[in-house]
Amino acid sequence: MAITIQLPTALRTFTDGLSEVSVEAATIDEALRQLTKNYADLKRHLFDDSDKLRSFVNVYLNDEDIRSQNGVGTALKQGDTVMLIPAIAGGR
Amino acid sequence: MATREVSAMLYSLIKLIRRKPINRKCWCKEQSASDCQTNAVRCTDRPTLHEHMQDLTLEELTRYSRHLILPEVGLEGQRRLKNGRVLVVGTGGLGSPVALYLAAAGVGTLGIVDFDIVDETNLQRQIIHGTNDLLRPKIASARDRISDINPHIKIVSFETKIDSGNAIKIIKDFDVVVDGTDNFATRYLLNDACVLLDKPNVYGSVFRFEGQASVFHSNGGPCLRCLYPSPPPAGLVPTCSEGGVLGVLPGIIGCIQANEAIKLLLNDGETLSGRFLVFDAWKMKFRELKLFKDPQCPICGEHPTITELIDYEEFCGLKRHDNDIPVESITATDLKAIIDNEPETVQIIDIREPHEIAMGMLPRSRAIPFGQVVRRKEEFDPKLLNVFICKLGVRSELAIRALKQAGFEGRIANLKDGTNAWAADVDHSVVTY
Repeated sequence: MAITIQLPTALRTFTDGLSEVSVEAATIDEALRQLTKNYADLKRHLFDDSDKLRSFVNVYLNDEDIRSQNGVGTALKQGDTVMLIPAIAGGR
Repeated sequence: MATREVSAMLYSLIKLIRRKPINRKCWCKEQSASDCQTNAVRCTDRPTLHEHMQDLTLEELTRYSRHLILPEVGLEGQRRLKNGRVLVVGTGGLGSPVALYLAAAGVGTLGIVDFDIVDETNLQRQIIHGTNDLLRPKIASARDRISDINPHIKIVSFETKIDSGNAIKIIKDFDVVVDGTDNFATRYLLNDACVLLDKPNVYGSVFRFEGQASVFHSNGGPCLRCLYPSPPPAGLVPTCSEGGVLGVLPGIIGCIQANEAIKLLLNDGETLSGRFLVFDAWKMKFRELKLFKDPQCPICGEHPTITELIDYEEFCGLKRHDNDIPVESITATDLKAIIDNEPETVQIIDIREPHEIAMGMLPRSRAIPFGQVVRRKEEFDPKLLNVFICKLGVRSELAIRALKQAGFEGRIANLKDGTNAWAADVDHSVVTY
């Protein structure tokens, strides 16, 4: 099913500047795999060397943290919005 | 003279109002403030703000009149601000508005921490410093500006880099900490120190057009580690000096931090504790996300494994490890020699963004943006020396690592200190930015 992934400014560099990307996926994991397949430069920013989702990137499904749901296994339905929010540190 | 009369009138008016019963909750939220003042059993939560609270002077009553007529602040609230102690770490983009507004609001003791010098690139957003302050220590310039805004408050300055060795000593005498720092190591340090000392930590961070804010460890609420268990590995994410930041953005996020610090001192209103605020300045969108306390959190969870401050540079991977992918480096003058003598052996790849490249390119260079390097790896000739360049030589090094990790086996070198070094050592007509 088609879902929308929203990207913050920090990650748009890797998606040709797009702030939203549509993918076909049934779970969060599938959605992120599809996204990083389409935009290979994004992969190492989302997944670590052992292919696990990085702990400085939070994933929200319709504004709910996937950690309070079924993690990357959380199921998706048509029209869902997945938002990626990485930690940022700027302040000066 | 007139001002004094107004102040006196205001003071009498407030005294009159104060005689009426005020249904205000105490710090402990268990009983009303008046009960707490009179009951034999006083709540023990923050007793210092109940007793020995300094009163406001006539001048202060006038100055803070717009607060005093707010029932949510009033005389009692303003006294709390006067007796409140806030530590602002960093007097940069975030720390500037935080310090200015907290000073103006009458927070009685304002601690400021910074070790930096004011430079010209700061002035686009660090509004506590001015053109006349260039090359002055930020702490001196911030101090002057704060005492001009409000001479009634006490400023405690720490001209030092806050670290594991001094953090506890610096933070312990303050009621609230505001994080206006610019790197993950210091942010995790402040988080851990605040949890260990049981102080609320007002968090704010910015990058390009995006801002984040929250209140950590307030009344046992979630902390930074509950939100992000660990920071990005060193070198994965560009910093503001490479990625840029909209000047007004830290102003907006800093004002939110100041607002939260004030409510924490007042112990009233609803703070961002347990909520994570994300702001997109370009789309003008605020989003509020729920933030849960992680029972497994290594510092504020049920079974903490961190019981004292650690080495945060190590934690953030800032100390180089042996298993890092090595990157060959080339100086601007050496690259110039290769271009002059054997141009056919080298391919120069400029990984900067199109708007940066518009400011000028190096001779014989080709543009492939940072975000497309892996996807376009077939375009690099493994038989040539591929020299990657960017503004400072940081992003280009990241791009080289990404390319090597993606399996490229040709020779790649990084232009040391980027186009800025080329401008300094080879061609002065190239723009430094």
